[in-house]
Amino acid sequence: MTPSDFNTVLPEFLLAVFAMGALLFGVYAGKDKTAPMLVWATSGLFVALALFIGFGGSGERAAFGGLFIDDPFARFAKVTILLSAAAVMMMSQDYMSRRDLLRFEFPILVTLGVIGMMFMVSAGDLMSLYMGLELQSLSLYVVAAMRRDSQKSSEAGLKYFVLGALSSGLFLYGASLTYGFAGTTQFAGILSTLGTDAVPLGLTFGLVFMLAALAFKVSAAPFHMWTPDVYEGSPTPVTAFFATAPKVAAMALIARLTWDAFGTIPGEWGQVLAALAVVSMFLGALAAIGQRDIKRLMAYSSIAHMGYALVGLASGTAMGVQAMLIYMAIYVTMNVGTFAFILSMERDGRPVTDIASLNMFSKKEPLKALALLVLMFSLAGVPPMVGFFGKFYVLQAAVDAGMTWLAVAGAVASVIGAFYYLRIVFYMYFGKEGEPLDSNMAPVQWVMMVAVAAAMVLGVVNLFGIEPAAAVAAEALVR
Amino acid sequence: MTVADYAFYAFAIVTVAAGLLVTISRNPVHSVLWLILAFLSSAGLFVLLGAEFVAMLLIIVYVGAVAVLFLFVVMMLDIDFAELKGEFVKYMPLGLLIGVVLLMQLVLGIGAWVQADGAMGLRQAVAPALDQVENTRAIGLLIYDKYLLLFQLSGLILLVAMIGAILLTLRHRKDVKRQNVLQQMWRDPAKAMELKNVKPGQGL
Repeated sequence: MTPSDFNTVLPEFLLAVFAMGALLFGVYAGKDKTAPMLVWATSGLFVALALFIGFGGSGERAAFGGLFIDDPFARFAKVTILLSAAAVMMMSQDYMSRRDLLRFEFPILVTLGVIGMMFMVSAGDLMSLYMGLELQSLSLYVVAAMRRDSQKSSEAGLKYFVLGALSSGLFLYGASLTYGFAGTTQFAGILSTLGTDAVPLGLTFGLVFMLAALAFKVSAAPFHMWTPDVYEGSPTPVTAFFATAPKVAAMALIARLTWDAFGTIPGEWGQVLAALAVVSMFLGALAAIGQRDIKRLMAYSSIAHMGYALVGLASGTAMGVQAMLIYMAIYVTMNVGTFAFILSMERDGRPVTDIASLNMFSKKEPLKALALLVLMFSLAGVPPMVGFFGKFYVLQAAVDAGMTWLAVAGAVASVIGAFYYLRIVFYMYFGKEGEPLDSNMAPVQWVMMVAVAAAMVLGVVNLFGIEPAAAVAAEALVR
Repeated sequence: MTVADYAFYAFAIVTVAAGLLVTISRNPVHSVLWLILAFLSSAGLFVLLGAEFVAMLLIIVYVGAVAVLFLFVVMMLDIDFAELKGEFVKYMPLGLLIGVVLLMQLVLGIGAWVQADGAMGLRQAVAPALDQVENTRAIGLLIYDKYLLLFQLSGLILLVAMIGAILLTLRHRKDVKRQNVLQQMWRDPAKAMELKNVKPGQGL
């Protein structure tokens, strides 16, 4: 333990100090009256730390005897996590204040959850991985159940908690089997005990148990059952948060675990991830067709998207990891834009989530309808939009790794999935005349939505330079 | 067999039996008492391993605090356990099936279990050598030095649990009259009370 160890965890340390300070401030200075201010302060801090990590960090450092790793991969994931969390916080402040949902604990719990995510992507040991995972999950359970007067919100929190606890148990079981084999919980140590030949059955058990638990956290099918209910029941800003930062963290965690601890045997975990990917892509595409509630629809959409990101990882190459990182960055950006719109959907001051309420929305608000059209095309992966490039990179990585069947399955699933995204567009432009929808947008939400939609079109030029950054990140992980 | 061996088997059998009785006893209060017995006998096992500090922690923290808290909760919550058991019976076949499958997997996993070549060395490399430091000090070195980061992270997790518990349960009810101690202490008896001399038969 040296001062340099503490320098390495400086961003996480600052966030933890901020969370505790904000808690004291919130309690002593007027409780929920301080909440909007705390939300903005937290978002500001997130953005500042993202800039600090993105531009300030360099090289590869390990701290606390290998418990914590700071490398380009972790930094890429952290910047994505921090920026998406900040975006979600900024656009949800207005929604929560208007509906009297904003408690001063909300920004604090989100901050603590983000600390957990940052530890997850920097984990160098099964123990620190688990600690980060639990810190993140516990914060998420609480914010899911935050609306105490709503039965659905309580149900969402409870369901998420029980199933999350089960998945944590699975993870620990797998981790104990792995420890039994390797005699250490450090990723580098586990890697050093592995040969390149066949692994013993006990270790395969451990690996599969851990991957199943992490698949639960990214809501990949067949471990997705909680997702639609939790997305529907949670307050919409919380749903927006669930759909962005935690997904990046958990996906980066899977990459971290598979490469850092089991990097010599990509065939073993590649087939598990490929199976998860295929099931997720098809289930996400097919099950979303019957959904009428836009929050449930986004839940199935996120399951499908996780399938595509897993395709990248399953290919077992540096290019696959790079494709996964690009995919996740594009995915969270699209979701921020879409949820900025979902947050604004209301009728007579009450939030609505029925997709049929979008009928002929284009007549009322042509600009917003156009922005949503761009976002939906991008989510579906229609060629000129950025969303297409995310899918393209991932499928290309699979083809290059000799998994053409996986890429074909992905392409087929994306065609099926396009149906329900395009149906929303159809409702907006050619639907029946019905009860009109009010879209009451705060300036922040409007800016987010239009900026993201513009980015989805303009980003085709060079993807805003995330490609080389993702390449550096992937090379740091895959050696 | 030495005395230590006999003691090990005695403690081990009691632990397993008490653990079983925790789950099958009908009265929840009895379950908690069996749990306390399980804690005590596992503390005995720790003593046999030479980990006196952990043994004492187990007794002080788990028996002294956690189990007593359990007892309070069990006695205060009015749960109809017979009804819960009824639900349990309904799902019993499915539960048993899953249990058997898991057990088979466990047997399969343990049956095929091997250890990597360097695993034993890696296992021993973590903790300080026991012939040089006593075990209390060894625990201190691990928790507060080597794994300081994890220790602090678990602190943050507990903080989240605390915030969560308060956020989800605390209700500020406006219609309840609360005791204001300061107000009571600053009260002026001369203003609060008035003595009147009421004549008999006249009233006020």
